[in-house]
Amino acid sequence: MKKSPIDRRNFIKKMAMLSAMTAAASMFPGIVFASEQEKGIPKDANLDWKKGPCRFCGVGCGILVGVENGKPVAVKGDPNSKVNKGLLCVKGYHQTMCIQSKDRLEHALVKKNGRYVKTPLNEALDIVANKMKETIAAHGKDSVAMYTSGQSTIPEGYIASKFMKGAIGTNNLDCNARLCMASAVTGFMTSFGADEPMGCYEDIDHADYFVTWGNNMAEMHPVLFSRMLEQKTKRGAKIIDFATRTTRSSTASDRSILFEPQTDLAVANAICYEIIKNGWVNKSFVEKHCTFSKGLTNMGYGLEDHYEFTDKPEQIDFEAYKEFLKDYSPEKVSKYSKVSVKDIKYLAWIYGNPNTKVVSYWCMGMNQHTRGTWINNLVYNIHLLTGKISQPGNGPFSLTGQPSACGTAREVGTFTHKLPKGVVTSEENRRLAAKIWKVPYERIPSKPTYHATEMFRAVDRGDIKFIWTQATNPLVSLPKTGRYRPGMQKDSCFVVVSDVFPTPTSDVADVILPASWHIEKGGLYGNSERRTQYWEKMVEGPGETMADAWMFIEVAKRMGYGDLFPYSKENHVEEIYNEYIQFHEGNKHGMAPLEVLKKESGVIWPYVDGKSTQWRYNAKYDPACSNGEDFHFYGNPDGKAVIWQRPFEDAPEKPDEEYPFWLNTGRVIEHWHTGSMTRRIPVLHQAMPHAYAEFHPEDAKALGIRNGENIKIVSRRGSCTLPASINERGLPTRGQVFVPFFDENMLINDVTLDAFCPISKEPDYKKCAVKVVKA
Amino acid sequence: MPIKSYLAHPVPGKKKELMEALIRLGQCEVVPAENQDVLALVTDTPDEQSEELLREKIEALDSLKLLSLVSGFNVSQN
Repeated sequence: MKKSPIDRRNFIKKMAMLSAMTAAASMFPGIVFASEQEKGIPKDANLDWKKGPCRFCGVGCGILVGVENGKPVAVKGDPNSKVNKGLLCVKGYHQTMCIQSKDRLEHALVKKNGRYVKTPLNEALDIVANKMKETIAAHGKDSVAMYTSGQSTIPEGYIASKFMKGAIGTNNLDCNARLCMASAVTGFMTSFGADEPMGCYEDIDHADYFVTWGNNMAEMHPVLFSRMLEQKTKRGAKIIDFATRTTRSSTASDRSILFEPQTDLAVANAICYEIIKNGWVNKSFVEKHCTFSKGLTNMGYGLEDHYEFTDKPEQIDFEAYKEFLKDYSPEKVSKYSKVSVKDIKYLAWIYGNPNTKVVSYWCMGMNQHTRGTWINNLVYNIHLLTGKISQPGNGPFSLTGQPSACGTAREVGTFTHKLPKGVVTSEENRRLAAKIWKVPYERIPSKPTYHATEMFRAVDRGDIKFIWTQATNPLVSLPKTGRYRPGMQKDSCFVVVSDVFPTPTSDVADVILPASWHIEKGGLYGNSERRTQYWEKMVEGPGETMADAWMFIEVAKRMGYGDLFPYSKENHVEEIYNEYIQFHEGNKHGMAPLEVLKKESGVIWPYVDGKSTQWRYNAKYDPACSNGEDFHFYGNPDGKAVIWQRPFEDAPEKPDEEYPFWLNTGRVIEHWHTGSMTRRIPVLHQAMPHAYAEFHPEDAKALGIRNGENIKIVSRRGSCTLPASINERGLPTRGQVFVPFFDENMLINDVTLDAFCPISKEPDYKKCAVKVVKA
Repeated sequence: MPIKSYLAHPVPGKKKELMEALIRLGQCEVVPAENQDVLALVTDTPDEQSEELLREKIEALDSLKLLSLVSGFNVSQN
């Protein structure tokens, strides 16, 4: 229907207003335009406000969705949520707009003779189950794989794990959280023997300093950043931005310190050198609660197929550690990190000063790193040496990018090596899983198989012959997609994609299954601060859309595993959650009962005697501490945390004569990850319609590039053409190009390198070498 | 028929005054931020000349510290 000129004019006015608000949101993270929200609500509306978590990032803001006549008509921040206290970012406010997109997947599509044919969902699920069974019969159970998501709900992740590991008996399950926080997990596991941060967001209200390590929180975690800015104004708290590029976070900070890519390893060691040299070590804390270790070095970068690595930790003493640090004096490190001696000493002083409270925040900058586990260990070292950990306002805190990277990927364990409690290599953990799942213990394999990158290499090689992906878009998000896209297109692998919208990944599927969006199903997410949040189904999904968990159950039943999945369609979320929490019983990881989660806007685990545990390992707050001391790092058998000797090692690929620039990739405030949802929200799409390549103005001048001019970024793996951006959103250092990865029409991951951290297997999207040519 | 959007930053303590002044000028739609000192502003004028005149009036307001253009559209009447 043609719009009348008045309608069109009003529409454009509305878009203009939303553009202004989006711009404001970029400048003032967490800004609220409440009156505009209210305007969108019909005057005579009789809205039913339903609570839940936001669909997007790992902050886990509480939202209230206004539902009228079965439709979501408004979203506002939940004032009762301790996470966001009523605030929301620009993505959060507009989130439900994406489900009205015209190209929503409402029915199953099956590829027949090269064309997608609309197919009844039951028939499509029959095809999936039959294909999975046939593949296992012909090629063995390790020929089928599942690739899930940090956006899957807790029940969905749990059923995926039970289906693959308990029913079929393969560890061919991994998830996209491997791409964003696996290094945080291995960092926590190697330093503390237990995953996830010890502190919580309330640290923001107590800290004197916030040090952000390669973390543009103003755009990626805007609501938390706005809480930090509030403390800056109220109490004079200081924000120190330590990064490779000047961003909106840098300009809002008290101090911006730039470093050469990869040298964060050296700077962290230099901070420890200074802490020891100046006598700022908290000796009694270190003596009582820490040990020292070193591991293998020169591990490689996982660039070759079938790469394997196992670290061999060796205990050392404080003197050996001190000796090791002699290579990391500020004067030596300054030469290659490009951080001034003064700035290194300033950072060391912030941590070393016994009168200041410091929280370190990081996300992809430290995790997507070929030495990601090491840099996580090194930041823990700083907090352990000074004893600034596990107390209000003092601690290291890794943030996550997805809404349930913690709750689903890490806690349920949708990784090849994980089980809902512990790991597949542990007989004790396998026996517990077998008991709760009611399967023979022998069925759960003891050896991990494919992590994400290796899984898609196995698809390309033809070793995996069936793969099912859910709530993820690997052909935009994997590194070196130039290899994995043709790999997925090969006839040797049958591809099933469950999603809400078509994506470049569903474009290569043999079967596309129409998934429910989060408010169209009930579920639970777990955010970065160990907070579990429940929501009930708020609206009906269109067409034949179905919750992912129920699709797994339907396929499992068709494959003959029905007795393992005795849940009811109406109540399966509750039934699955109640089964799952048996894995975590006890005061170290106890989960809140569902009745509590239904009432509260999220609860932090361990949930013991009706209370959240906000600061783990601190006897004052954590009932699991049992050593009679102030602190107890009970994740490790000796009750102590490990200070790791980890050296600086170069990136696998550095700029050279032929490829003279670093390429750094990342995100923007308007879009969430691969943009499959936010690019379908008109105001967000209009505010940031396509990707771009940021240059330092002097580099642009030397190359003769003008703002907006199309240029081609070329690496040894592929190329990508985008418009140049000079002095706009961010400012890279000289010799660096930055490109956001949200745009499926400008696939920068065709250019990136699939090198990964040998311990976490998380790829490094922040560093590879490229050249720039005119398009 | 230009439609333009701006962020209007008030002089400290004069957010309400700025909002009222903008509304009085006409051709302005204003939405104040709840928790920051900034207003989202959309102007809707019949031609470039009127737009220019309106912008001059806005910039002359005592309660305005800074006006920054965000987007501009030129929409035909028919």
